[in-house]
Amino acid sequence: MMQNNKKNLNITFYLLIVPVLIWLIFMIVIPHAELFISSFQVEDDSGDMVFSFGNYIDFFTQKIYWFTFVKTAAYSIGVTLLAFIIAFPIAFYLSKVTSKKNAAFLILLLLIPLWVGELVTVYGWIVLLGDHGIINHFLMTIGIINEPINMLYTNFSMVIGLLYMSMLFMVIPVMSTLQSMDDSLIEAACDLGASKWDIFTKIIIPYSMPGITSGAIIVFMLVIGDYLAPNLLGGKNSLWFTEQIYNNFLQTFNWNEGAAFGFLLLILSSGIIWLALKLSGQKLEKVGA
Amino acid sequence: MIRSLPSSPLYRIGYGVYAFLFFTFLLMPLIAISILAFNDSNFISLPWNGFTTDWFFSVTDERQGVFADEELIASIFTSISTGFFVALLSTLVGTLAALLFEEEQFRLKGLLYFLALAPLVIPGVILGISLLLTATSAGNHIEDTFGLDVELFRPNYWLVVLGQFSFGVTYVMLLVSARLKKFDRTLEEAALSLKATRLEAIWYVTLPFLRPAIMGAFVVAFILSFSNINTTIFLIGSDPTLPIDLYSRIRFSSTPVLNAVSFLIVLTISGLAIINFFANRSKK
Repeated sequence: MMQNNKKNLNITFYLLIVPVLIWLIFMIVIPHAELFISSFQVEDDSGDMVFSFGNYIDFFTQKIYWFTFVKTAAYSIGVTLLAFIIAFPIAFYLSKVTSKKNAAFLILLLLIPLWVGELVTVYGWIVLLGDHGIINHFLMTIGIINEPINMLYTNFSMVIGLLYMSMLFMVIPVMSTLQSMDDSLIEAACDLGASKWDIFTKIIIPYSMPGITSGAIIVFMLVIGDYLAPNLLGGKNSLWFTEQIYNNFLQTFNWNEGAAFGFLLLILSSGIIWLALKLSGQKLEKVGA
Repeated sequence: MIRSLPSSPLYRIGYGVYAFLFFTFLLMPLIAISILAFNDSNFISLPWNGFTTDWFFSVTDERQGVFADEELIASIFTSISTGFFVALLSTLVGTLAALLFEEEQFRLKGLLYFLALAPLVIPGVILGISLLLTATSAGNHIEDTFGLDVELFRPNYWLVVLGQFSFGVTYVMLLVSARLKKFDRTLEEAALSLKATRLEAIWYVTLPFLRPAIMGAFVVAFILSFSNINTTIFLIGSDPTLPIDLYSRIRFSSTPVLNAVSFLIVLTISGLAIINFFANRSKK
Protein backbone atom coordinates (compact mmCIF):
# COMPACT_ATOMS: atom_id res chain seq x y z
CA MET A 1 0.00 0.00 0.00
CA MET A 2 2.69 2.40 1.08
CA GLN A 3 4.66 1.41 -1.98
CA ASN A 4 1.69 2.18 -4.23
CA ASN A 5 1.15 5.59 -2.66
CA LYS A 6 4.79 6.46 -3.09
CA LYS A 7 4.61 5.59 -6.77
CA ASN A 8 1.56 7.80 -7.17
CA LEU A 9 3.39 10.68 -5.57
CA ASN A 10 6.14 10.24 -8.08
CA ILE A 11 3.81 10.25 -11.05
CA THR A 12 2.22 13.48 -9.84
CA PHE A 13 5.62 15.01 -9.28
CA TYR A 14 6.72 14.22 -12.83
CA LEU A 15 3.41 15.45 -14.17
CA LEU A 16 4.10 18.78 -12.52
CA ILE A 17 7.79 19.12 -13.21
CA VAL A 18 8.07 17.93 -16.83
CA PRO A 19 5.97 20.73 -18.44
CA VAL A 20 7.66 23.30 -16.22
CA LEU A 21 11.11 22.02 -17.21
CA ILE A 22 10.16 22.06 -20.89
CA TRP A 23 9.08 25.69 -20.52
CA LEU A 24 12.20 26.74 -18.64
CA ILE A 25 14.70 24.88 -20.81
CA PHE A 26 13.24 25.59 -24.24
CA MET A 27 11.82 29.04 -23.69
CA ILE A 28 14.25 30.58 -21.20
CA VAL A 29 17.59 28.77 -20.92
CA ILE A 30 18.33 27.74 -24.52
CA PRO A 31 17.24 31.04 -26.12
CA HIS A 32 19.42 33.06 -23.76
CA ALA A 33 22.36 30.73 -24.28
CA GLU A 34 21.81 31.18 -28.02
CA LEU A 35 21.72 34.96 -27.54
CA PHE A 36 25.01 34.79 -25.70
CA ILE A 37 26.68 32.60 -28.33
CA SER A 38 25.39 34.64 -31.30
CA SER A 39 26.72 37.80 -29.75
CA PHE A 40 30.26 36.43 -30.18
CA GLN A 41 29.87 35.57 -33.85
CA VAL A 42 30.53 37.62 -36.93
CA GLU A 43 30.33 36.74 -40.60
CA ASP A 44 33.77 36.39 -42.21
CA ASP A 45 34.58 37.14 -45.85
CA SER A 46 33.36 33.79 -47.11
CA GLY A 47 30.02 34.12 -45.29
CA ASP A 48 30.79 31.68 -42.49
CA MET A 49 30.14 32.45 -38.85
CA VAL A 50 33.31 32.76 -36.81
CA PHE A 51 34.05 33.52 -33.19
CA SER A 52 34.91 37.15 -32.54
CA PHE A 53 34.64 39.98 -30.06
CA GLY A 54 33.87 42.29 -32.98
CA ASN A 55 30.30 43.06 -31.95
CA TYR A 56 31.39 44.18 -28.52
CA ILE A 57 34.39 46.09 -29.86
CA ASP A 58 31.97 47.93 -32.16
CA PHE A 59 29.91 48.89 -29.15
CA PHE A 60 32.83 50.34 -27.24
CA THR A 61 34.50 52.10 -30.17
CA GLN A 62 31.45 53.76 -31.68
CA LYS A 63 30.52 56.69 -29.52
CA ILE A 64 26.86 56.69 -30.50
CA TYR A 65 26.31 53.20 -29.09
CA TRP A 66 27.68 53.63 -25.64
CA PHE A 67 26.33 57.16 -25.46
CA THR A 68 22.85 55.76 -26.06
CA PHE A 69 23.54 53.02 -23.54
CA VAL A 70 24.51 55.49 -20.81
CA LYS A 71 21.68 57.83 -21.67
CA THR A 72 19.14 54.98 -21.50
CA ALA A 73 20.44 53.92 -18.11
CA ALA A 74 20.43 57.47 -16.73
CA TYR A 75 16.97 58.29 -18.04
CA SER A 76 15.58 54.99 -16.72
CA ILE A 77 16.85 55.76 -13.24
CA GLY A 78 15.52 59.30 -13.51
CA VAL A 79 12.07 58.18 -14.65
CA THR A 80 11.97 55.63 -11.82
CA LEU A 81 12.66 58.40 -9.29
CA LEU A 82 10.04 60.66 -10.85
CA ALA A 83 7.53 57.81 -10.83
CA PHE A 84 8.17 57.35 -7.12
CA ILE A 85 7.73 61.05 -6.36
CA ILE A 86 4.49 61.25 -8.32
CA ALA A 87 3.05 57.89 -7.32
CA PHE A 88 3.81 57.70 -3.62
CA PRO A 89 1.37 60.46 -2.54
CA ILE A 90 -1.32 58.81 -4.66
CA ALA A 91 -0.70 55.40 -3.11
CA PHE A 92 -0.91 56.99 0.33
CA TYR A 93 -4.03 58.92 -0.63
CA LEU A 94 -5.82 55.81 -1.87
CA SER A 95 -4.87 53.61 1.05
CA LYS A 96 -5.01 56.04 3.99
CA VAL A 97 -6.56 59.42 3.23
CA THR A 98 -9.65 59.22 1.06
CA SER A 99 -12.77 57.25 2.06
CA LYS A 100 -12.77 53.54 1.24
CA LYS A 101 -15.65 53.97 -1.20
CA ASN A 102 -13.84 56.72 -3.09
CA ALA A 103 -10.67 54.66 -3.13
CA ALA A 104 -12.43 51.64 -4.66
CA PHE A 105 -13.69 53.78 -7.51
CA LEU A 106 -10.36 55.53 -8.07
CA ILE A 107 -8.49 52.22 -8.12
CA LEU A 108 -10.86 51.11 -10.86
CA LEU A 109 -9.91 54.24 -12.86
CA LEU A 110 -6.26 53.45 -12.21
CA LEU A 111 -6.56 50.01 -13.75
CA ILE A 112 -8.16 51.10 -17.01
CA PRO A 113 -5.06 52.69 -18.63
CA LEU A 114 -3.07 49.70 -17.42
CA TRP A 115 -5.30 47.24 -19.23
CA VAL A 116 -5.84 49.36 -22.32
CA GLY A 117 -2.18 48.85 -23.13
CA GLU A 118 0.74 51.06 -23.94
CA LEU A 119 0.15 51.51 -27.65
CA VAL A 120 -3.24 53.16 -27.27
CA THR A 121 -2.07 55.48 -24.49
CA VAL A 122 1.09 56.47 -26.40
CA TYR A 123 -1.14 57.26 -29.35
CA GLY A 124 -3.32 59.33 -27.01
CA TRP A 125 -0.26 61.39 -26.08
CA ILE A 126 0.58 61.94 -29.74
CA VAL A 127 -2.91 63.34 -30.19
CA LEU A 128 -2.52 65.56 -27.11
CA LEU A 129 1.00 66.85 -27.55
CA GLY A 130 1.34 67.36 -31.30
CA ASP A 131 1.88 70.80 -32.86
CA HIS A 132 -1.76 70.72 -33.93
CA GLY A 133 -2.64 68.59 -30.93
CA ILE A 134 -5.28 69.18 -28.31
CA ILE A 135 -3.10 70.94 -25.75
CA ASN A 136 -1.66 73.44 -28.24
CA HIS A 137 -5.09 73.96 -29.76
CA PHE A 138 -6.55 74.65 -26.34
CA LEU A 139 -3.77 77.03 -25.28
CA MET A 140 -4.03 78.94 -28.55
CA THR A 141 -7.81 79.20 -28.35
CA ILE A 142 -7.73 80.75 -24.91
CA GLY A 143 -4.94 83.03 -26.08
CA ILE A 144 -2.04 82.09 -23.81
CA ILE A 145 0.22 81.37 -26.76
CA ASN A 146 0.22 82.42 -30.40
CA GLU A 147 2.53 79.79 -31.85
CA PRO A 148 2.26 76.08 -31.04
CA ILE A 149 4.78 74.91 -28.44
CA ASN A 150 6.94 72.11 -29.77
CA MET A 151 6.30 69.27 -27.33
CA LEU A 152 5.96 66.13 -29.41
CA TYR A 153 9.09 64.32 -30.66
CA THR A 154 11.27 65.69 -27.86
CA ASN A 155 12.82 64.19 -24.76
CA PHE A 156 9.97 65.82 -22.84
CA SER A 157 7.24 63.88 -24.63
CA MET A 158 9.30 60.71 -24.36
CA VAL A 159 9.59 61.09 -20.59
CA ILE A 160 5.85 61.79 -20.32
CA GLY A 161 5.14 58.57 -22.21
CA LEU A 162 7.60 56.54 -20.15
CA LEU A 163 6.21 57.92 -16.88
CA TYR A 164 2.65 57.40 -17.95
CA MET A 165 3.03 53.75 -18.83
CA SER A 166 5.15 52.87 -15.79
CA MET A 167 4.01 54.92 -12.79
CA LEU A 168 0.95 52.79 -12.09
CA PHE A 169 3.30 49.90 -11.40
CA MET A 170 4.68 52.02 -8.58
CA VAL A 171 1.25 52.98 -7.21
CA ILE A 172 -0.07 49.43 -6.95
CA PRO A 173 2.67 47.68 -4.88
CA VAL A 174 3.14 50.70 -2.59
CA MET A 175 -0.60 50.90 -2.07
CA SER A 176 -0.88 47.26 -1.13
CA THR A 177 1.94 47.53 1.45
CA LEU A 178 0.35 50.64 2.93
CA GLN A 179 -3.03 48.94 3.11
CA SER A 180 -1.56 46.31 5.39
CA MET A 181 -0.12 49.01 7.68
CA ASP A 182 -1.95 49.45 10.98
CA ASP A 183 -3.28 53.02 11.28
CA SER A 184 -2.62 52.95 15.01
CA LEU A 185 1.12 53.23 14.30
CA ILE A 186 0.54 56.68 12.85
CA GLU A 187 -2.03 57.56 15.53
CA ALA A 188 0.37 56.60 18.30
CA ALA A 189 3.18 58.68 16.80
CA CYS A 190 0.81 61.59 16.47
CA ASP A 191 -0.40 61.26 20.08
CA LEU A 192 3.19 61.26 21.24
CA GLY A 193 3.75 64.54 19.45
CA ALA A 194 5.77 63.48 16.41
CA SER A 195 5.83 65.99 13.58
CA LYS A 196 4.36 65.06 10.22
CA TRP A 197 7.81 64.97 8.68
CA ASP A 198 9.03 62.53 11.35
CA ILE A 199 5.97 60.32 10.91
CA PHE A 200 6.59 60.31 7.18
CA THR A 201 10.33 59.60 7.22
CA LYS A 202 10.53 57.34 10.27
CA ILE A 203 7.32 55.32 10.04
CA ILE A 204 5.60 55.46 6.68
CA ILE A 205 8.60 55.26 4.36
CA PRO A 206 10.38 52.44 6.23
CA TYR A 207 7.14 50.48 6.46
CA SER A 208 6.41 50.77 2.76
CA MET A 209 9.99 50.00 1.68
CA PRO A 210 9.19 46.49 0.32
CA GLY A 211 6.44 47.97 -1.87
CA ILE A 212 8.71 50.78 -3.01
CA THR A 213 11.46 48.33 -3.98
CA SER A 214 9.11 46.09 -5.98
CA GLY A 215 7.58 49.14 -7.62
CA ALA A 216 10.96 50.64 -8.46
CA ILE A 217 12.22 47.40 -9.99
CA ILE A 218 9.13 46.91 -12.13
CA VAL A 219 9.13 50.55 -13.27
CA PHE A 220 12.84 50.47 -14.08
CA MET A 221 12.46 47.24 -16.06
CA LEU A 222 9.52 48.53 -18.07
CA VAL A 223 11.25 51.82 -18.83
CA ILE A 224 14.65 50.47 -19.81
CA GLY A 225 13.10 47.81 -22.04
CA ASP A 226 10.51 50.09 -23.57
CA TYR A 227 10.40 50.76 -27.27
CA LEU A 228 7.09 52.45 -28.05
CA ALA A 229 7.48 55.65 -26.05
CA PRO A 230 11.04 56.46 -27.24
CA ASN A 231 10.19 55.43 -30.78
CA LEU A 232 6.81 57.12 -31.22
CA LEU A 233 7.04 60.03 -28.77
CA GLY A 234 10.78 60.70 -28.73
CA GLY A 235 12.38 62.71 -31.49
CA LYS A 236 15.31 61.95 -33.74
CA ASN A 237 17.65 62.78 -30.86
CA SER A 238 15.81 60.76 -28.24
CA LEU A 239 18.01 57.73 -28.66
CA TRP A 240 17.04 54.67 -26.67
CA PHE A 241 19.08 51.50 -26.46
CA THR A 242 16.19 49.19 -27.40
CA GLU A 243 15.92 51.13 -30.66
CA GLN A 244 19.49 50.12 -31.53
CA ILE A 245 18.48 46.51 -31.02
CA TYR A 246 15.38 46.90 -33.18
CA ASN A 247 17.40 48.57 -35.91
CA ASN A 248 19.93 45.77 -35.95
CA PHE A 249 17.24 43.11 -36.16
CA LEU A 250 14.60 44.70 -38.34
CA GLN A 251 16.45 47.21 -40.52
CA THR A 252 20.14 46.45 -41.02
CA PHE A 253 19.69 42.71 -40.32
CA ASN A 254 22.93 42.56 -38.37
CA TRP A 255 21.53 40.02 -35.92
CA ASN A 256 24.82 39.23 -34.25
CA GLU A 257 25.48 42.80 -33.30
CA GLY A 258 21.84 43.03 -32.19
CA ALA A 259 22.43 39.96 -30.02
CA ALA A 260 25.47 41.61 -28.44
CA PHE A 261 23.44 44.74 -27.72
CA GLY A 262 20.64 42.62 -26.29
CA PHE A 263 23.08 40.88 -24.03
CA LEU A 264 24.52 44.21 -22.88
CA LEU A 265 21.02 45.47 -22.10
CA LEU A 266 20.35 42.31 -20.11
CA ILE A 267 23.57 42.80 -18.14
CA LEU A 268 22.75 46.46 -17.53
CA SER A 269 19.20 45.88 -16.34
CA SER A 270 19.94 42.84 -14.20
CA GLY A 271 23.04 44.57 -12.79
CA ILE A 272 21.10 47.61 -11.64
CA ILE A 273 18.30 45.45 -10.25
CA TRP A 274 20.80 43.27 -8.41
CA LEU A 275 22.32 46.40 -6.91
CA ALA A 276 18.90 47.73 -5.90
CA LEU A 277 18.03 44.40 -4.25
CA LYS A 278 21.35 44.32 -2.40
CA LEU A 279 21.02 47.91 -1.19
CA SER A 280 17.47 47.44 0.04
CA GLY A 281 17.99 43.90 1.38
CA GLN A 282 15.06 42.54 -0.67
CA LYS A 283 14.67 39.24 -2.49
CA LEU A 284 13.58 38.76 -6.09
CA GLU A 285 10.82 36.43 -4.86
CA LYS A 286 9.19 39.35 -3.07
CA VAL A 287 9.06 41.46 -6.21
CA GLY A 288 6.64 39.11 -7.86
CA ALA A 289 4.30 39.07 -4.87
CA MET B 1 -3.07 62.93 8.12
CA ILE B 2 -5.08 59.73 7.87
CA ARG B 3 -8.80 59.02 7.99
CA SER B 4 -9.00 58.64 11.76
CA LEU B 5 -7.02 61.78 12.58
CA PRO B 6 -8.27 65.35 12.30
CA SER B 7 -6.46 67.30 9.60
CA SER B 8 -6.37 70.92 8.51
CA PRO B 9 -8.65 71.95 5.62
CA LEU B 10 -5.59 73.11 3.71
CA TYR B 11 -4.10 69.60 3.84
CA ARG B 12 -7.34 67.99 2.73
CA ILE B 13 -7.97 70.42 -0.12
CA GLY B 14 -4.36 70.42 -1.25
CA TYR B 15 -4.30 66.64 -1.32
CA GLY B 16 -7.62 66.54 -3.14
CA VAL B 17 -6.28 68.89 -5.81
CA TYR B 18 -3.15 66.78 -6.28
CA ALA B 19 -5.22 63.61 -6.66
CA PHE B 20 -7.50 65.40 -9.12
CA LEU B 21 -4.52 66.51 -11.23
CA PHE B 22 -3.05 63.01 -11.15
CA PHE B 23 -6.25 61.40 -12.37
CA THR B 24 -6.67 64.08 -15.03
CA PHE B 25 -3.18 63.27 -16.30
CA LEU B 26 -4.09 59.59 -16.22
CA LEU B 27 -7.35 59.84 -18.13
CA MET B 28 -6.51 62.68 -20.51
CA PRO B 29 -5.13 60.56 -23.38
CA LEU B 30 -8.04 58.13 -23.17
CA ILE B 31 -10.66 60.88 -23.14
CA ALA B 32 -8.93 62.73 -25.98
CA ILE B 33 -8.97 59.76 -28.36
CA SER B 34 -12.50 58.82 -27.34
CA ILE B 35 -13.81 62.27 -28.27
CA LEU B 36 -11.79 62.58 -31.49
CA ALA B 37 -13.08 59.20 -32.65
CA PHE B 38 -16.35 61.01 -33.40
CA ASN B 39 -14.85 64.11 -35.00
CA ASP B 40 -16.04 64.82 -38.55
CA SER B 41 -12.54 65.58 -39.88
CA ASN B 42 -9.97 63.78 -41.99
CA PHE B 43 -7.17 64.55 -39.55
CA ILE B 44 -6.49 63.04 -36.17
CA SER B 45 -6.50 66.40 -34.40
CA LEU B 46 -8.81 69.30 -33.54
CA PRO B 47 -10.65 71.55 -34.56
CA TRP B 48 -13.96 69.92 -33.86
CA ASN B 49 -16.01 69.76 -37.04
CA GLY B 50 -19.14 68.11 -35.75
CA PHE B 51 -20.22 64.62 -34.73
CA THR B 52 -19.90 61.63 -37.03
CA THR B 53 -19.72 57.85 -36.81
CA ASP B 54 -17.91 57.63 -40.17
CA TRP B 55 -14.74 56.32 -38.55
CA PHE B 56 -16.66 53.26 -37.42
CA PHE B 57 -19.12 52.53 -40.20
CA SER B 58 -18.25 54.47 -43.34
CA VAL B 59 -17.34 52.43 -46.42
CA THR B 60 -16.26 55.14 -48.86
CA ASP B 61 -12.71 55.25 -50.22
CA GLU B 62 -11.95 58.50 -48.50
CA ARG B 63 -13.18 57.34 -45.14
CA GLN B 64 -12.94 53.68 -44.31
CA GLY B 65 -14.43 52.96 -40.89
CA VAL B 66 -13.14 50.31 -38.50
CA PHE B 67 -15.80 47.80 -39.44
CA ALA B 68 -15.15 48.23 -43.15
CA ASP B 69 -11.39 47.88 -42.87
CA GLU B 70 -10.68 44.24 -43.60
CA GLU B 71 -7.03 44.40 -42.61
CA LEU B 72 -7.95 45.82 -39.25
CA ILE B 73 -10.70 43.27 -38.61
CA ALA B 74 -8.30 40.48 -39.58
CA SER B 75 -5.67 41.74 -37.14
CA ILE B 76 -8.26 41.94 -34.35
CA PHE B 77 -9.14 38.29 -34.96
CA THR B 78 -5.45 37.34 -35.07
CA SER B 79 -4.97 39.05 -31.71
CA ILE B 80 -7.99 37.35 -30.16
CA SER B 81 -6.96 33.89 -31.28
CA THR B 82 -3.32 34.47 -30.29
CA GLY B 83 -4.50 35.69 -26.89
CA PHE B 84 -6.67 32.62 -26.47
CA PHE B 85 -3.88 30.13 -27.16
CA VAL B 86 -1.36 32.08 -25.09
CA ALA B 87 -3.78 32.28 -22.16
CA LEU B 88 -4.64 28.58 -22.44
CA LEU B 89 -1.01 27.40 -22.53
CA SER B 90 0.20 29.85 -19.90
CA THR B 91 -2.63 29.01 -17.53
CA LEU B 92 -1.96 25.30 -17.89
CA VAL B 93 1.80 25.44 -17.34
CA GLY B 94 1.60 28.33 -14.86
CA THR B 95 -0.82 26.43 -12.62
CA LEU B 96 1.42 23.34 -12.73
CA ALA B 97 4.39 25.54 -11.86
CA ALA B 98 2.54 27.09 -8.91
CA LEU B 99 1.66 23.63 -7.57
CA LEU B 100 5.22 22.44 -8.13
CA PHE B 101 6.92 25.31 -6.33
CA GLU B 102 4.39 25.59 -3.51
CA GLU B 103 3.87 21.92 -2.69
CA GLU B 104 6.89 19.91 -3.77
CA GLN B 105 10.41 19.70 -2.40
CA PHE B 106 13.18 18.69 -4.77
CA ARG B 107 16.77 19.35 -5.67
CA LEU B 108 17.61 22.56 -7.55
CA LYS B 109 14.23 24.02 -6.59
CA GLY B 110 15.80 27.39 -5.82
CA LEU B 111 17.51 27.58 -9.20
CA LEU B 112 14.38 26.56 -11.11
CA TYR B 113 12.27 29.08 -9.19
CA PHE B 114 14.77 31.80 -9.99
CA LEU B 115 14.56 30.88 -13.70
CA ALA B 116 10.77 30.85 -13.51
CA LEU B 117 10.79 34.41 -12.16
CA ALA B 118 13.40 35.59 -14.67
CA PRO B 119 10.86 36.79 -17.29
CA LEU B 120 9.84 39.47 -14.78
CA VAL B 121 13.25 41.08 -15.08
CA ILE B 122 14.11 40.26 -18.70
CA PRO B 123 13.01 43.03 -21.06
CA GLY B 124 10.47 41.79 -23.61
CA VAL B 125 12.78 42.83 -26.44
CA ILE B 126 15.35 40.31 -25.28
CA LEU B 127 12.85 37.46 -25.00
CA GLY B 128 11.81 38.29 -28.56
CA ILE B 129 15.28 38.39 -30.12
CA SER B 130 16.58 35.35 -28.29
CA LEU B 131 13.60 33.25 -29.41
CA LEU B 132 14.02 34.53 -32.95
CA LEU B 133 17.71 33.61 -32.95
CA THR B 134 17.01 30.17 -31.48
CA ALA B 135 14.18 29.36 -33.85
CA THR B 136 16.19 30.51 -36.85
CA SER B 137 19.31 28.55 -35.99
CA ALA B 138 17.21 25.47 -35.18
CA GLY B 139 15.54 25.88 -38.56
CA ASN B 140 18.87 26.28 -40.36
CA HIS B 141 20.28 23.29 -38.55
CA ILE B 142 17.37 21.06 -39.56
CA GLU B 143 17.55 22.30 -43.12
CA ASP B 144 21.28 21.55 -43.32
CA THR B 145 20.99 18.11 -41.76
CA PHE B 146 17.73 16.75 -43.13
CA GLY B 147 17.11 19.05 -46.07
CA LEU B 148 13.73 19.96 -44.58
CA ASP B 149 12.39 23.48 -44.54
CA VAL B 150 10.29 23.64 -41.38
CA GLU B 151 7.77 26.48 -41.43
CA LEU B 152 7.47 26.63 -37.64
CA PHE B 153 11.01 27.95 -37.20
CA ARG B 154 10.46 31.07 -39.22
CA PRO B 155 8.62 34.07 -37.80
CA ASN B 156 4.96 33.09 -37.83
CA TYR B 157 1.77 32.87 -35.81
CA TRP B 158 2.89 30.00 -33.58
CA LEU B 159 6.23 31.59 -32.81
CA VAL B 160 4.33 34.62 -31.54
CA VAL B 161 2.20 32.35 -29.36
CA LEU B 162 5.33 30.70 -27.96
CA GLY B 163 7.05 34.04 -27.37
CA GLN B 164 4.14 35.45 -25.40
CA PHE B 165 3.70 32.15 -23.60
CA SER B 166 7.31 32.33 -22.37
CA PHE B 167 6.53 35.25 -20.05
CA GLY B 168 2.78 34.67 -19.60
CA VAL B 169 3.52 31.56 -17.53
CA THR B 170 5.37 33.58 -14.90
CA TYR B 171 2.42 35.91 -14.29
CA VAL B 172 -0.04 33.01 -14.08
CA MET B 173 2.30 31.20 -11.69
CA LEU B 174 2.47 34.22 -9.38
CA LEU B 175 -1.28 34.78 -9.37
CA VAL B 176 -2.08 31.12 -8.69
CA SER B 177 0.70 30.84 -6.07
CA ALA B 178 -0.77 33.81 -4.20
CA ARG B 179 -4.05 31.92 -3.77
CA LEU B 180 -2.32 28.62 -3.08
CA LYS B 181 -0.56 30.23 -0.11
CA LYS B 182 -3.99 30.70 1.49
CA PHE B 183 -4.91 27.07 0.91
CA ASP B 184 -5.32 24.89 3.98
CA ARG B 185 -3.01 21.95 3.30
CA THR B 186 -4.84 19.75 5.81
CA LEU B 187 -7.70 19.46 3.29
CA GLU B 188 -5.35 17.75 0.85
CA GLU B 189 -3.93 15.59 3.62
CA ALA B 190 -7.48 14.59 4.63
CA ALA B 191 -8.16 13.50 1.06
CA LEU B 192 -4.92 11.50 1.01
CA SER B 193 -5.72 9.77 4.29
CA LEU B 194 -9.11 8.86 2.82
CA LYS B 195 -7.19 6.88 0.19
CA ALA B 196 -7.37 9.43 -2.60
CA THR B 197 -4.29 9.39 -4.78
CA ARG B 198 -2.21 12.55 -4.86
CA LEU B 199 -3.55 13.33 -8.31
CA GLU B 200 -7.14 12.88 -7.18
CA ALA B 201 -6.52 15.12 -4.19
CA ILE B 202 -5.20 17.86 -6.45
CA TRP B 203 -7.97 17.41 -8.97
CA TYR B 204 -10.92 17.26 -6.56
CA VAL B 205 -9.70 19.38 -3.65
CA THR B 206 -6.94 21.81 -4.61
CA LEU B 207 -8.00 22.82 -8.12
CA PRO B 208 -11.59 23.75 -7.20
CA PHE B 209 -10.14 25.97 -4.48
CA LEU B 210 -7.82 27.60 -7.03
CA ARG B 211 -10.52 28.10 -9.67
CA PRO B 212 -11.10 31.85 -9.18
CA ALA B 213 -7.36 32.54 -9.32
CA ILE B 214 -6.93 30.34 -12.39
CA MET B 215 -9.76 32.12 -14.19
CA GLY B 216 -8.32 35.51 -13.22
CA ALA B 217 -4.90 34.44 -14.42
CA PHE B 218 -6.38 33.34 -17.76
CA VAL B 219 -7.80 36.84 -18.26
CA VAL B 220 -4.50 38.47 -17.25
CA ALA B 221 -2.56 36.27 -19.67
CA PHE B 222 -5.02 37.14 -22.42
CA ILE B 223 -4.65 40.88 -21.81
CA LEU B 224 -0.84 40.60 -21.65
CA SER B 225 -0.88 38.84 -24.98
CA PHE B 226 -3.41 41.20 -26.53
CA SER B 227 -1.40 44.32 -25.80
CA ASN B 228 2.12 42.94 -26.24
CA ILE B 229 4.38 44.49 -28.82
CA ASN B 230 7.97 44.27 -27.55
CA THR B 231 8.28 40.50 -27.92
CA THR B 232 5.77 40.08 -30.73
CA ILE B 233 7.38 42.46 -33.23
CA PHE B 234 10.36 40.11 -33.76
CA LEU B 235 8.35 36.94 -34.16
CA ILE B 236 5.52 38.13 -36.33
CA GLY B 237 5.05 36.51 -39.72
CA SER B 238 2.58 37.54 -42.41
CA ASP B 239 -0.47 38.10 -40.20
CA PRO B 240 -0.01 41.03 -37.79
CA THR B 241 -1.70 41.25 -34.43
CA LEU B 242 -3.72 44.36 -33.64
CA PRO B 243 -0.94 46.27 -31.80
CA ILE B 244 1.54 45.59 -34.62
CA ASP B 245 -0.96 46.75 -37.23
CA LEU B 246 -1.76 49.89 -35.20
CA TYR B 247 1.93 50.56 -34.61
CA SER B 248 2.73 50.62 -38.31
CA ARG B 249 -0.29 52.82 -38.98
CA ILE B 250 0.78 55.31 -36.31
CA ARG B 251 4.25 55.46 -37.80
CA PHE B 252 3.30 55.69 -41.44
CA SER B 253 -0.28 56.80 -41.95
CA SER B 254 -2.28 58.23 -39.08
CA THR B 255 -5.98 58.52 -39.88
CA PRO B 256 -8.87 59.00 -37.45
CA VAL B 257 -9.59 55.27 -37.78
CA LEU B 258 -6.87 54.94 -35.15
CA ASN B 259 -9.01 57.03 -32.79
CA ALA B 260 -11.98 54.81 -33.49
CA VAL B 261 -10.09 51.54 -32.84
CA SER B 262 -8.52 53.00 -29.69
CA PHE B 263 -11.97 54.10 -28.53
CA LEU B 264 -13.30 50.57 -29.01
CA ILE B 265 -10.40 49.16 -26.98
CA VAL B 266 -10.95 51.72 -24.20
CA LEU B 267 -14.68 50.95 -24.22
CA THR B 268 -14.14 47.18 -23.99
CA ILE B 269 -11.59 47.49 -21.20
CA SER B 270 -13.74 49.94 -19.21
CA GLY B 271 -16.69 47.59 -19.59
CA LEU B 272 -14.62 44.65 -18.31
CA ALA B 273 -13.28 46.74 -15.42
CA ILE B 274 -16.77 47.81 -14.36
CA ILE B 275 -18.10 44.24 -14.54
CA ASN B 276 -15.14 43.10 -12.47
CA PHE B 277 -15.74 45.92 -9.97
CA PHE B 278 -19.38 45.01 -9.37
CA ALA B 279 -18.69 41.29 -9.35
CA ASN B 280 -16.15 41.82 -6.56
CA ARG B 281 -18.52 44.07 -4.67
CA SER B 282 -21.43 41.60 -4.76
CA LYS B 283 -19.12 38.88 -3.45
CA LYS B 284 -18.49 40.95 -0.33
